[in-house]
Amino acid sequence: MVRPNPTREQVLDWLQAVKDPEIPTVSVVDLGVISEVETGPDGVRVEMIPTFSGCHALGFMQIHVEECLRAQGLEQVEVKVNRNKPWSSDYLTEAGRRGLRAHGLALPPRHADGPDEPAECPKCGSTRTQLLSPFGPTLCRAIHQCGDCLETFEQFKPV
Amino acid sequence: MNTEALKDLLFRLADDDLVIGHRNSEWTGIGPVLEEDIAFASMAQDCVGHAQSYYTLIHELGEADPDRLAFHRSEKDFRSCHLVEQPIGDYAFSLIRHFLYDLAKQVRLEALTQSSYAPLAQLADRIRREHKYARMHATTWVRQLAAGSDEARLRLQSALNEAYPMALGLFESTDFTETLAAEGVQPAESVLQSRWQQLLEQTLAGTGLSLPGDFDAAAYMGGRKGYHSEHLGPMLAEMTEVYALDPEAVW
Repeated sequence: MVRPNPTREQVLDWLQAVKDPEIPTVSVVDLGVISEVETGPDGVRVEMIPTFSGCHALGFMQIHVEECLRAQGLEQVEVKVNRNKPWSSDYLTEAGRRGLRAHGLALPPRHADGPDEPAECPKCGSTRTQLLSPFGPTLCRAIHQCGDCLETFEQFKPV
Repeated sequence: MNTEALKDLLFRLADDDLVIGHRNSEWTGIGPVLEEDIAFASMAQDCVGHAQSYYTLIHELGEADPDRLAFHRSEKDFRSCHLVEQPIGDYAFSLIRHFLYDLAKQVRLEALTQSSYAPLAQLADRIRREHKYARMHATTWVRQLAAGSDEARLRLQSALNEAYPMALGLFESTDFTETLAAEGVQPAESVLQSRWQQLLEQTLAGTGLSLPGDFDAAAYMGGRKGYHSEHLGPMLAEMTEVYALDPEAVW
């Protein structure tokens, strides 16, 4: 029996199972790194973009995306990385933003190009916070400190 | 579009980011404070990522794959400038080098977002977004330390006197400078240099730091043509040591 080609929506639904290896509460789809999905008689072609160019996790995500689609019985699967296309924290979906919060991270503002806004402390909700360092444990996180509860916390950087 | 001219530019962009990325990674574990240790390691990771993207564009123009371009070329084939090749020195030198380099990178990226070579224009727009954090880091620390003790200001000024003439090598013209400008790929190096100079002066205003007036930059030219400082060879030997054990290995 020949299996019908999956739709783009079906592929994206399957890829919800592939998580960012460093933020397991956020899928690659909700992170905004799946930039194109093409399906047709020749199989499925997925294009991915890195969040930050130097992100080590991308290679793993690429392998996991391919494994996920093959596990659905697809034989013709091509997963390519486009290093030129810009990524923005604006590409995070609402589910992606909830996932970041669930992982204990402060969110980037909704519009990365907008005015700088203080990060909201994930512990007490205060916005009386200060950037301590634009570099944290991964390239996509900055370190802030809360002026009210004094908690030091990580923010997913606006880009 | 002239492919040789494009490759000349892309190798300069890639090699500068790879070499300064490797140098900045040498601060890992020995930074003066934990945040700075992490910052230099992160900026190293960013720069090596940017180099990888430029090498990918070169590969798409028919050259070897990115790993081979990074780890399997002779020193003579590198197009990095002398500034990025220097050892890390003390923290003041590394901070000032990062400051001079990343303001230049900003000026260049802004120009490249308008490049007639579409893949490069798109990549420059991507890198420009990431790069704002390196720029923020550089200007914040230079301003804060310059507002600190006399010793801090003295060390920064002495690093600036040493590194500024080297930084002029960032804008050394090549045989392709005019072609690149004529084809709209990138403005002439002299145009970028004067924008950088203006940005430097604006950023340093009020810090008490000043650009040196008496220097000879000629000794720091040549990198864009393959004539490097004595520091690049030993650095490449160390950087490629593992790769050279088995260039065909699959990782």
